[in-house]
Amino acid sequence: MQVQSYFSSLDNIDGELATLNLGPTHPATHGVFQNVLKMDGERIHSAEPTIGYIHRAFEKLAEHRPYNQITPITDRLNYCSSPINNMGWHMTVEKLIGAELPKRAQYMRVIIMELSRIADHLVCNAVIGVDTGALTGFTYMFQERERIYEMFEEVCGSRLTTNIGRIGGMERDFTPAFHAKLKDFMKTFPARFEEFNDMLERNRIFMDRCVGAGPISAERAMAYGFTGPNLRAAGVDYDVRVMNPYSSYEDFDFIVPVGKDGDTYDRFLVRQEEIRQSMRIIEQAYKNLPEGNYHADVPDFYLPDKPDVYTKMEALIYHFKVVMGETPVPVGEVYHCVEGGNGELGFYLISDGGRQPYRLHFRRPCFIYYQAYPEMIKGAMLSDAILAMSSMNVIAGELDA
Amino acid sequence: MELTNEHILARIEQRLPGSVVANDVARDGILNIETTREQVADLLQFLRDDEYLNYHFLTSLCGIHYPDSAGRELGVIYHLHNWPQNRRLRLKIFFPVADPHVPTATTLWPTANWMERQEYDFFGIIFTGHPDLRRILNVDDLDVFPMRKEYRLEDGTRTDKDDRFFGRQGHEGREFD
Repeated sequence: MQVQSYFSSLDNIDGELATLNLGPTHPATHGVFQNVLKMDGERIHSAEPTIGYIHRAFEKLAEHRPYNQITPITDRLNYCSSPINNMGWHMTVEKLIGAELPKRAQYMRVIIMELSRIADHLVCNAVIGVDTGALTGFTYMFQERERIYEMFEEVCGSRLTTNIGRIGGMERDFTPAFHAKLKDFMKTFPARFEEFNDMLERNRIFMDRCVGAGPISAERAMAYGFTGPNLRAAGVDYDVRVMNPYSSYEDFDFIVPVGKDGDTYDRFLVRQEEIRQSMRIIEQAYKNLPEGNYHADVPDFYLPDKPDVYTKMEALIYHFKVVMGETPVPVGEVYHCVEGGNGELGFYLISDGGRQPYRLHFRRPCFIYYQAYPEMIKGAMLSDAILAMSSMNVIAGELDA
Repeated sequence: MELTNEHILARIEQRLPGSVVANDVARDGILNIETTREQVADLLQFLRDDEYLNYHFLTSLCGIHYPDSAGRELGVIYHLHNWPQNRRLRLKIFFPVADPHVPTATTLWPTANWMERQEYDFFGIIFTGHPDLRRILNVDDLDVFPMRKEYRLEDGTRTDKDDRFFGRQGHEGREFD
């Protein structure tokens, strides 16, 4: 690759390099990222990322909160796909307490999680379009994302930081309005999405900008701990949904798309195809949505129905126990991972039987793969570095915890 | 051949005798192995490079603090993953807080770089041989390691709050701030 070899003969040009502070707040970086770049003209000689600008001590906070109060913390990790984080956390606790969910609850979760994956990937890919100069697709795709957020609003009442679902299932069944919105979405979204796809996928300008920008090989990607679409763009078909199916993902038929070069263009294509596959999963899950209860029978964690709280003694007791976090938790440790928008989102929970976790470690995919960024943009043009960052979908909330 | 826990332990015992101090299967079905600080570098290398075990992927690395267990207050927990066989392994080491030195894993996995910086930042675990051991999420001039249990979540000098009224008394004698 031409850009890779650019500096092989120029490694000793120190002293003639310009220093450029890219960030911490810069309109092109979509988040709080700082990179101190050593530039030779337009080309990047080296990059030094500084992170932690929005660090909020989530792991420490989690050691001081009852289990159900940790869900809002997870919202604020990857805030482009909060429901996946919420449900990943719920499933971690369910693994610890040994709760088995009814099929209906699992399918409902799959629908919500795939909707949020679509929202996440749409933002990423639309922003790649913006960074290459195509603002139009962004405005159209944000309307589609808006419709997904309206569906979240129907389910849980909030849009961005959703706090969706509960430990043990969903907080309520899908409402008729949700059904109508989802049906409408399934009917109209694919055509609009393909329109967006046609605008960029074989667009000459877009391809010239993206092909070969910020590449990484499969070996380096694995050594750097890449997971998710960025790893699959490099050609490795690792997907947690297939490898360790959770929430009944084994019931659905879908393809794990892979790229070849691990560059911006491949990352774009992989995310585009994942959106189509997510639609397939949603269609299958919705068509086969089983009858049954939308939550498991875990009164220690799942809030009882409000009318019962007012009329039944047992429900009242459980209500207070859940709200105050005074429920018995087994001693033990569990690791649970879900396929987040950016890769393997892991929760490592150590419980000593107390009301709070003894230790909760978040495996945040962004944090792990962002450290490869300097290597990926070495020798590239500044404008390609911007593109590489947006195509890696680095989310400041997940990066800084 | 399928990789069972017995096979894994036998294989390690065969090549690196005595390196497994303790083992059990956790609640999530993942094999836990405890080793010593002296042997962890060799064991990690063996687990990664052995063609039979093939734990080639470092999923995560995190620190932990048990202030009450004397001589082994601090710990590091590695999550390893063998993708072709889809087997996970959890490797633990414990060491005294007075001597928090651990050999680095950055020579085996570049991804350990930021993971180890993070655990240095929060627990003060010093990874010897790390190329760039600086704080990563907190400010550089912070003079405490905030994930250690003695570090209070809120300002300890405040007198306007009585923790008994906020349910913050901790569980079974374990005092929080």
